[in-house]
This record gives sequence, C-alpha cells and structure tokens, in this order.
Amino acid sequence: MTPGLAGFVATGDDPHAWDDSVGAALAAVATEFTVVRERDGDPARTRRRTWLDTFDWRLHKVGLTLDYVAAYRGGELRLAPSAPNADTGAAGSAAGAGSAAGAGSAAGAGPGGAASTVQPVTGWTVARPHLPSDLPDGPVAAKIAGLLAPRALLPVVTVTATTTVYRLLNEDDKTVARLLVEQTAIPGGNPLAPRLAITEVRGYQAQGRRAARLLAAVPGFGAAADPPFAAALRALGRRPGDYTNKIDAAITAAMPAPRAAAVILLRLLDTVDANVGGVLKDTDTEFLHDLRVSVRRTRSALKLFGDVLGLPKAELAFFAAEFKWMGDVTTPTRDLDVHLLDFARMADGLAAAKPDDLEPFRGYLEQRRRKELRTLARALRSARFTAATRDWRAKLTAIEAGHPGTAGAPARSRKAVKTPRQTGPIGTLAAERTRVCFVRVARRGAAITPESQPEALHDLRKRCKELRYALEFFAPLYDWAAYGKVVGDLKRLQDCLGEFQDTDVQIGEIRALAAAMLAAGEAPAVTLLAMGEVTAGLMVRQHAARADFARRFAAFADVDGQRRMSVLLRGRQAGAGRYP
Amino acid sequence: MRVYATYNIKGGVGKTTTAVNLAYLAAESGLRTVLWDLDPQGAASFMFRVKPRVKGGGKALILGKRSLDEAIKGTDFDNLDLIPADFTYRNMDLLLDAGANSDGTSAGGKPARKLSRLLAPLGAEYDAVFLDCPPSVSLVSENVLHAADIIVVPLIPTTLSVRTLDQLADFVGEFRGRRPDLFAFFSMVDRRKKLHREIIEKLSSERTEVAKTVIPALSVIETMSVARAPVGVFAPKSPAAAAYRDLWAEVSSRGQ
Repeated sequence: MTPGLAGFVATGDDPHAWDDSVGAALAAVATEFTVVRERDGDPARTRRRTWLDTFDWRLHKVGLTLDYVAAYRGGELRLAPSAPNADTGAAGSAAGAGSAAGAGSAAGAGPGGAASTVQPVTGWTVARPHLPSDLPDGPVAAKIAGLLAPRALLPVVTVTATTTVYRLLNEDDKTVARLLVEQTAIPGGNPLAPRLAITEVRGYQAQGRRAARLLAAVPGFGAAADPPFAAALRALGRRPGDYTNKIDAAITAAMPAPRAAAVILLRLLDTVDANVGGVLKDTDTEFLHDLRVSVRRTRSALKLFGDVLGLPKAELAFFAAEFKWMGDVTTPTRDLDVHLLDFARMADGLAAAKPDDLEPFRGYLEQRRRKELRTLARALRSARFTAATRDWRAKLTAIEAGHPGTAGAPARSRKAVKTPRQTGPIGTLAAERTRVCFVRVARRGAAITPESQPEALHDLRKRCKELRYALEFFAPLYDWAAYGKVVGDLKRLQDCLGEFQDTDVQIGEIRALAAAMLAAGEAPAVTLLAMGEVTAGLMVRQHAARADFARRFAAFADVDGQRRMSVLLRGRQAGAGRYP
Repeated sequence: MRVYATYNIKGGVGKTTTAVNLAYLAAESGLRTVLWDLDPQGAASFMFRVKPRVKGGGKALILGKRSLDEAIKGTDFDNLDLIPADFTYRNMDLLLDAGANSDGTSAGGKPARKLSRLLAPLGAEYDAVFLDCPPSVSLVSENVLHAADIIVVPLIPTTLSVRTLDQLADFVGEFRGRRPDLFAFFSMVDRRKKLHREIIEKLSSERTEVAKTVIPALSVIETMSVARAPVGVFAPKSPAAAAYRDLWAEVSSRGQ
C-alpha cells in the first residue's frame, strides 16, 4: 500500500453488518468519484495466502513479514516491512492481479510500497519446512537467508483472501486511485473483518488522500491498527512473536517464593514441550538446542531455588534426575549438530587441505547424527519422558495455584520443612541467591592464574552459567538498564570461557571421530590430514580464548563489576523492577 | 534503459498512435515504461486521459527547476507512466537554446544534448522511455534524435516519404559518437493501392532499416481517440492490435 494512506478494517463482530459497511464505503467514495470494478465482469480474485516465519519469529523480530501467495502456476514470496500500513492484504493482492489494467503503475502503489520484495517461486509446498539452503535463489532468499540460519521457514497461518478492486475515476474517466476490498477467512474458520485500502496513482496523490478521507468518515470502519497477519493469528488465539526461548516469566518481587518458583519452572517446561515436536520431525537443529537449554535451566533452577517449592526432598531429587536424563539423552545429537553447523567455517579455515577433503568427515557426522537422532526420538516418545513432564507439570500447576498438597502426598509427611525465607516473597530470595552465585564466580575466577589447569576454567564456566540463569530467572524484578550492563559483561566472559571449552571438547571429539572412522575403514588419508588441520585451527582459537580470559573476567568482576551487581540486586529490593 | 523516439518530419503519419501502442505493449511485456508527450498538441496525453499540463510548464523542466520525476503521471495501465504534454512545449526550441547560455542553474551544456541529460535520471526507475515528437525539423527533434537509442519512423508509402527517410539517415549519419538505430515501418497502408504495394516491396527489399511489419490503414486505429486507449485495450483481437504486437516484437528485438 502506498505509504501515507491508512488502511481500514471493519469494526464489530457481526459479518452481516460488515457487508453493509462495505456497501456504505463504496457509496461514500461514489459521492466524488465514478466507481467501477477493475476488469469488468471478472469475478473477484480469491487466493490462498500463507505467512511464513521461523519457529522463534526471526523475521518478525526484525520487523519483516513474509508471505507466500499461491497462483495457478507457481506462486510468489513477498517480503515486506511489518508496519500496519505496509502489509494490507488488499494492497498486496491487487498487485498480484497482473492484468493489463491491473494495479497502479505508480512505483509506490505496489504491495508494501517500494520496500517490498517479490520473488516468483514454483513447486513451493506450504506445509514443508524450508531451511535457508533449500530456498530457491532470488531477491527474497538473498535478503532472508542470513536472518533465518540455521532455522527453517515454517508456515505460521494461512488465509483465503478475496480481493475486489475498484477504480476511482475523475471527470475524464481517468483512474486516479484504487479502492481495494479484501475479505479473508481462515480455512475452516470464521471470516475475518473485511479490510479496505486506497492505493494512489502516481501524480494523483491528492485524489487518493481525498478518497481515504471519505472512507475514514464511513461508520463501521476504523483505521487498521495491525496488519492482516496479526488479525489472522488473533483469530487463532495467537499473536506474532508468541514463542521465545527467553524465560520471560510473569513474576513480581512481592510474589510468594513457591508460587514464583513454580511460574518460572512452568515457563521452562512450556519451552521443553513446545520444542519436542520440532526435534522429532527434525525440522531444524534449534528445536533441540532450545529444548536442551530449557532442561539445563530447569536443573539449574532446581539447584538454586528448588527447596522453596515445598516438595519432599526425594521427589525433588527424582525430578532432578529425570531432567539430568533428558539432558544426557540429547547430548550426542547436539554435539554432532555443533560439528555440522560449524562445518563451513571449519572447511573455510583450511590452509593446506582442500575443503573437499573433509567431505567424508561430513558424511560420517551425518550418518552418526541420523543414528543418534533415532535414539533421541525413542527417548522423547518414551513413557518415561511423557510421565516425567506430565507429573512435573501437575506438581508445578498445583504449587502455582497454592495447593501443593494436591499434587502429591502431604508435604509434612515427607519431611519438607520450609524456613521463613523460603515462604517469603521471591524478591528477597532472588537477591540473596543471585548474590551467592556471583560471589562464587568472583572467588573462583580470581583464583585462576595463567598456570591454572583447564578444569578450573571449565568449572568457572559452569558457575557463570548458574549465575546467568539466576539473573534471567529473576530478570522481571530488576532495573532493565542495570540488568543489561551486568548480563552483557557476563555474556562476554561466558563467550570467552565457552570458546575455550568448546574448542577443547571439539578437539577431543574430532580425535575420537577420526579413530572411529579409521576403525570403520571410512577415513581416507587426505580426510585425516584435513581433520588434523582443523584441530590445529581449533587449538589456535583455544589459546586466543585463554589469553583473553583475564581481561574478560576483570570487566565483569572487578570493583566496578561488583558495584554494578550490588546496585542491580539492591534495586530489586527497592522494588525497582522495570523489565520491559 | 532504452529510449525509443517516434519521429517524422511530416505530421499525420501515425507517430502518436505508434508511441501510444508501443509504449503500452512494452509495459505489458513487463518493462517499466514512461512515455513523454513532447507534442504541444497533447494527443498522447489525451489518449491516456491525462490533462496536458505540467506545473511550471516546459520551462521549469528544461531549465531544471522541476525534475521530470515530479511531472510523471500514472496511466491506467500497469508499468506505464506518462509525462504529459504542455502547451508551452511550443517554445521548447527557445528554451533548449536559452539553457545553453545560462550559468549552471539550468540543465546547461550543448543545446542538442539537453534532453538526453534530462532523461538520464529516469534510468533508475524505467526500462523503456518513449518520446513522442512533434513533426518538425528543429532543436527539439535534434535533441530527440541525440537522446534516442532507436528512432521509430512511421512512413506512409509515398515517394516523398522515402526521400524523408533518406534525409533522416543522412542527418543521423553525421552525428559524432553514438548514433541512434533507425527503424522505419510503413504506416496507414492501403494494400488496394498499387503505389503502396510497389513502394513497400521495393523499399523492404532494398533497406535493412525498414520493418517487415506494416500497419494497415484501419478504422479501429482511428477509433483510439474515441476510446482514449491503446488498441490492445479496447480491441485486443483486432488485426490492428496484432499488427502493433508484431511491430513491437521487431522493434524490441533490434540491437538485442
């Protein structure tokens, strides 16, 4: 739609009233323009429109919407800014009309104005996930491939959209604007409120604006506040960006600790459940990554504040063991994913060997991954996994509702004794326990010298993860700016420690894989040489990370860092939570 | 961006109908197209139902006080825009000449190349530019010939028309540097006339710049000014529409 002109959407919930409103809109513009249907005699065009994004909304997060519109032969991908007026379905569909007397010739009158990008595609199957490498070459693929990687493009919502285009003529019967009426429905569902849009014709902007003003005065229509994409999702009880792997729990400082703990843990369990399907279908690698992160966060949360839940120790230990098992069964596949995701970088970094020399290694990794994924899928479909997540949810839901006893045997009989601190508000508990985590990081980090063994850095990395999770669990309680600074410094320290340990692990794994390939007779000499070069490159990276440690640690935990942490936690106690 | 100019010293030979129909066909083929109606009579503007008026007149455009971009009007057809005529274009010779002596506030430069420079910025937005020229030998036509990549010359099959083509070829042949491609075709052909048949046969065999396609004298072409639209819009299945499609196929394949 031409920038500057508003789109309109019918108000109210009565589809019969919507028809009357559309009639009133046509009558309103007919007071000043001759109104004729585009392509007289042709029926209105009905198209199936599917919006696409990654599971974690990577396009939405950067302000883009992508949709696929099917046509008789092939279809097109359309990428546009997600501002409300940049993506009126009506405007988009009109441009797709493609008739000789079709949408306005003005450059800005196309879908989404000049900022939209269109790519014709053939053989696109809407239901099939598309990894960035699967996208057909073209302008849309070029713009989004980097944003998506390594996630797959998935269908988010599909509507059928019927667009009727009217030309608004002046006294010379010249088209000076177009009125687009779009009626949409979710297949098998109720119709959505119709939308109107005016598209300008170049050189006739005043007439376009006049038509928009006439529409604005029609009762039964209001300015479209959100794009049709959001309206379609709302009809399904969803909203754009409704999945995130961030913890983002709805807690306040004054909330009783057991309830707040249950809210945080339920949020983590939701993320685990949300990702199981994607792991089983092997849609992309990040489903498993997010699942694992949530499992790890759950284990960390149980250590940090599991005691406040009021569950018997044995029960708590049981669930802790179940989550450890979940972490363990997911590790082999994820380790292989890491190798494969890093493969291009490994191959590019070769100096003596050729990238092709590594291909047998890639084949071996892929083969191993298929095997490990089958094992993982069996675990995720097992009665053990189902029971653990189901029972854990039942416990947490009861605690959140304030009825821990209904989730199991009475707490008293299982020796679960709460101290006053454990039953108090989460705010006080959060500050205390986060401080303990920080002190642990500060002490252990300060003890590391250039002569320290790698194990000391590995241990520090674990403590940093615990601290990071503690900060994230309680993020809604903190001042956002202070939180951002502390977490930013911690993240850079974690990146350094992560690089040090990951390269160490990768070197060990590549050596083990080389031995396994050799034993299986699948290791050409050039591949082994190339793998050797890869390990040498990893070693260089490891040394660089080790050399960077002291600087990163000081930035996080020196006197200023300690003061920043103190301010952050004190701010919480003053009830200064301004988390957005 | 390719610049096509429909040109003939004589009037009434079908320059405007050719420009209108070819520009429409170019746009229909997917090319982003703009037609500049340089004729103060404004016939092409009339065909597209656009008022023959430009804010500030031809003077503002030629002297660079307004960009061409501001004057562009969308037609009713996808990919096709129009720069309308203005009655002040009758003085364009003077404006082109005057601009040459001004100081930097105008388009400046050699008077015969001024139009070329004005068109250059359109290259970012359009694939094809059509110039519909007034019938004359003037500084305007010299500008047009310098700006064009292809000069489309409608010829009525008469002996005098042949002479016109020779004169034009000689004139263009004297250009220094880049020379436009001459592309002539017979227009308003009446095959019942022996003279028409003979001239077409002779010239088509002798001259490589003469098109195979001929545009017959058909009443549906005259109806364009009543329908105020290209033939392909109101009579898409007519022989006239087919002839213009053939002509566009020949023109667009030149120099490819």
